[in-house]
Amino acid sequence: MKVKVLCRNPDDYVRETTRDIQRVPRNYDPTLHPFEVPREYTRALNATKLERVFAKPFVASLDGHRDGISCITKHAKSLSTVISGACDGEVKLWNLPKQECLRTVQAHEGFVRGICSRFCGTSFFTVGDDKTIKQWNLEAPGYGVREEPINTILGKAVFTGIDHHQRESTFVTCGQTVDIWDEQRSSPIRSFSWGVDSFSCVRYNPVETELLASCASDRSIVLYDTRESAPLRKVVMQLRSNTLCWNPMEAYYFTCANEDYNLYTYDIRHLDVPVTVHMDHVSAVLDVDYSPTGREFVSASFDKTIRIFPKDKGHSREVYHTKRMQHVICVRWSADNKYVLSGSDEMNIRLWKANASEKLGLLSTREKAAAHYNKKLIEKFQHHPQVRRIARHRHLPGDILKQKREQREMKEARRRREQNVRKHSKPGSVPLLTEKEKHVVAVVE
Amino acid sequence: MLQKRLALKRFKSQSSSYFADVCLSCPQIQRGIAYEKTAAEVSCWRNIILQNQKAEQMVFPLNQESSGPKRVEQVVAGWKVQTPLEQEIFRLLHINSQPVADPVLTPVEEQSLKAMSLEEAKIRRAELQKARALQSYYEAKAKREKKIKSKKYHKVQKKAKCKDFLKQFDEMVKTNPEGALEELKKMELSRMEERMSLKHQNSGKWAKSKAIMAKYDDSARKAMQEQLQMNKDLTQKIVVPSDDEHESNEEGLETVPDFVNDSEPVIDSVNPWMRGQLTHEEPEVSCVTTEDVQTAEEENEEEELVGEFERKRKLRQADEEDLIPTEEEQPASEVVEDVVEVSDKEEEEEEEEDDDEEEEDVSEFNTLFRLMRSEKTLEDGLLNEGQVRVRNIEDLEVLGEVVDPQPIAEPSLPQTAAVEATSEPPNKKKREIDLKEVLTKEAKAVKVPFLPTVVDEEERDEQISIIKEAFAGDDVISDFIKDKSKREAAGRPEVVDLTLPGWGEWGGVGLKPPRWKRKRFRIKAAPPPPRQDQKLPDVIISENRNASVAAHQVSQLPFPFQNTAQFESSIRTPIGPTWNTQSVVKNMTKPKVITKMGAIIEPMVKEHFIKNKTTTPGGKGPAIMLGENKRAKEGAKRSSEKHRGRRSQKRRK
Repeated sequence: MKVKVLCRNPDDYVRETTRDIQRVPRNYDPTLHPFEVPREYTRALNATKLERVFAKPFVASLDGHRDGISCITKHAKSLSTVISGACDGEVKLWNLPKQECLRTVQAHEGFVRGICSRFCGTSFFTVGDDKTIKQWNLEAPGYGVREEPINTILGKAVFTGIDHHQRESTFVTCGQTVDIWDEQRSSPIRSFSWGVDSFSCVRYNPVETELLASCASDRSIVLYDTRESAPLRKVVMQLRSNTLCWNPMEAYYFTCANEDYNLYTYDIRHLDVPVTVHMDHVSAVLDVDYSPTGREFVSASFDKTIRIFPKDKGHSREVYHTKRMQHVICVRWSADNKYVLSGSDEMNIRLWKANASEKLGLLSTREKAAAHYNKKLIEKFQHHPQVRRIARHRHLPGDILKQKREQREMKEARRRREQNVRKHSKPGSVPLLTEKEKHVVAVVE
Repeated sequence: MLQKRLALKRFKSQSSSYFADVCLSCPQIQRGIAYEKTAAEVSCWRNIILQNQKAEQMVFPLNQESSGPKRVEQVVAGWKVQTPLEQEIFRLLHINSQPVADPVLTPVEEQSLKAMSLEEAKIRRAELQKARALQSYYEAKAKREKKIKSKKYHKVQKKAKCKDFLKQFDEMVKTNPEGALEELKKMELSRMEERMSLKHQNSGKWAKSKAIMAKYDDSARKAMQEQLQMNKDLTQKIVVPSDDEHESNEEGLETVPDFVNDSEPVIDSVNPWMRGQLTHEEPEVSCVTTEDVQTAEEENEEEELVGEFERKRKLRQADEEDLIPTEEEQPASEVVEDVVEVSDKEEEEEEEEDDDEEEEDVSEFNTLFRLMRSEKTLEDGLLNEGQVRVRNIEDLEVLGEVVDPQPIAEPSLPQTAAVEATSEPPNKKKREIDLKEVLTKEAKAVKVPFLPTVVDEEERDEQISIIKEAFAGDDVISDFIKDKSKREAAGRPEVVDLTLPGWGEWGGVGLKPPRWKRKRFRIKAAPPPPRQDQKLPDVIISENRNASVAAHQVSQLPFPFQNTAQFESSIRTPIGPTWNTQSVVKNMTKPKVITKMGAIIEPMVKEHFIKNKTTTPGGKGPAIMLGENKRAKEGAKRSSEKHRGRRSQKRRK
């Protein structure tokens, strides 16, 4: 005999583990769940508050250097390894998860001016004040064996920066000229100069790998193509740019850190006006690095803070500082888009989270869903005054705040003055310039 | 600038070849050219960058490798061939450009794999899916149609198909004569089959039964005829159509005889053939050539004659109808006739000679009168459609012809065509059943209450009494009304009185300012917008700004939104799991950027994204380097460098 029985699927009501929450059948009838906007608003407000509560970006400090950190670079193939150079010529390799120094090399006499790791992750190059380029093995030498470079090139002048090609065995240095080197040769295969006596930074474009950009001491940024015999073009700005960084996802954009407290993002096809002016620092910006996703970049400043800017926004979304952190000289964004490393004057390398309130480590699906929902809620209600107020609030040290206020006043005064001048001069003789147009002096062909 | 100008001057004075030399060696121009070139090259990223900026979600690293086991050569970077045997083997493999390990693809295969990007593959897949879906729809449709039992339906389908085929065939004759010939052969084959089988020659069971019925039943007769016609059509010898277009046209006409049968199920009792001709005329008129004009005119004249006969006949019919059924009207006509007789009598006294003529006149008058009356009845019919019914199509045709009898009588050909065109459509329209005409009474709208109104009167009374008891002491309702009126009064703007007593006239106690002054100096403010609770008697809605809520409200329209409605709608839709199903929530809250934990996000690689430019040879070499090969490669590189050098030298020149 066949007995017909009503049966239910246990998947619908049995939870997977005893630690799981009870399954509840839902009825989505909107009349049963009224006041959706006020309830979501409350949730958004709570999410914003919690985001601020959990915003603890500082992860670790790596100490061991005996002088200010002058440069940091990421390992090309390993996330956990970082190489840093100090002002006393010492180079240290760090293991980030263990937060310890793996290896110390006395690489140069005087400053280590630049470090870059080879794309294959087997060796790295350093340049220093002693006019040498040295190539080092990334694997530590055996016990009792002296640390010695694989290769040493003696140059004619001091090198101030170095960068390696993304896929080929060539690298570029800058000093009095911008030189392109083959790893196998002891003399540059090509050198560019354009009426400038010193460069502070040179970078390969990571996407269009034959493109180069350099910052020169005559307040200019010069573009090169290694396939061409001459430099391409030069932009002269009002003040000197310290460093620049190419966007790793958008081939024709780069951002430069300027002495006038601002950062400028340029499109190399239209150099006469920067695409965006990023303002928030209150002192000279010393270093800049893009996130590997190309959506944001981090900048280090002489004002003892690092800031994170969205690539197309004029103001920063985040500012990091600690009491003990002095002038930040170099900054790097880790290759997994999770961390930011900053090296500063007071001999420490600091590790920060790129998203201050992000929970680290493996998340359960429910945690992930909640985090996404909260983020979306904050985004949805971002224009509401309370949410905005809480989300935008950041603590700043007193002196930075004071400087900020001061600068605002100065800017306002300048604006008023300009307005008055315009008012009292022949109409049209004092042109109305936008903020973007103010900072570029000339584009030299 | 000055230099440029000087150069220009020089150019004008000296030869052009010299100038060209100067130009190319001038570093500024070199730089300009190089910059333009690079900018153009870099611009190829534009689409990708824009696409990424607009993307709802980006997943990093961009080119994720497939999970699963990997070969040793892929994992270990620095593995080199060491033993002589290995070297020998790999050299052999390299020479034949064969894969080194067994699952590895040859360079050619790899390239072919890379030839289609993910997007292209997706697009292709979507296309295929669509095609498959369409096919399945088509199949399902065909199945459904096949299942339909209605013979008539299939008959109609078949005819439509036949028509289509003929059209196609005509085209084919022009475009693809060989194909047309083949089709012809097929037709010939079918004809032969038909001739052999005698399928449509009324030899079947059905046909026999019809033959018996044909004596009494019209439809059966018709069916039989159709059958025979089909046989005729099928056994007809097909003429090669390329010989004469005219014939093909005729053929096309011959295939349409069926619609003669379809068009009018009601049979004209008077002259069934005429109708056939009339309906048949349409296509003929449409495809008249210059040669046919004369014959057409002849035909036309005949038709005119026939039309006149017909009209007269119908008029007669109408007269008879008028005379017979309407007895109320008879006296009137008699009166008229009497009047006519009276007049006759008067005239008789004067002149008796013109009797005959007068009689004719009278008859004419009568006919005219009748015509007018019939027209009048017709007009009445137009006015109240529900009353006078048009019983059958004959009546309809009468109506149509009475309205415009003259154009039919006119001889010229195009006009008749026009008349047919104009006179037919209304007939057709009338033939369709109009609900308004059929159903003269209006349908009553039945109102059904939403809730059962079965509240007992007693219960309600009880409740009311309870409420009254409860609020016996205080009169809540009147308080409420008072409160509301007070608020309304407060909301109304007050009249501002600016009259100055004693200004321009005598002042004092008990003296009122004059009317003109009051009129002039009492200023009435514009009435406020109507209150929201104006039409709600039991509600007070406060329209004042609430300060405690205002702190949480958006005061300005945020940037990307165009108007408040847009912004409000963006806020109104909830995204939480309380209001939406899981999948919807997941979709709505998906983050913009997803990164894989512990994965290095490499910068974009040009070869992955921009297909047509294959520049670097590094990625496409063999998996394992050999000593010799390396050297060869270096050599190649050097040669390429030399080449570059040459290029630059050329440029310098």
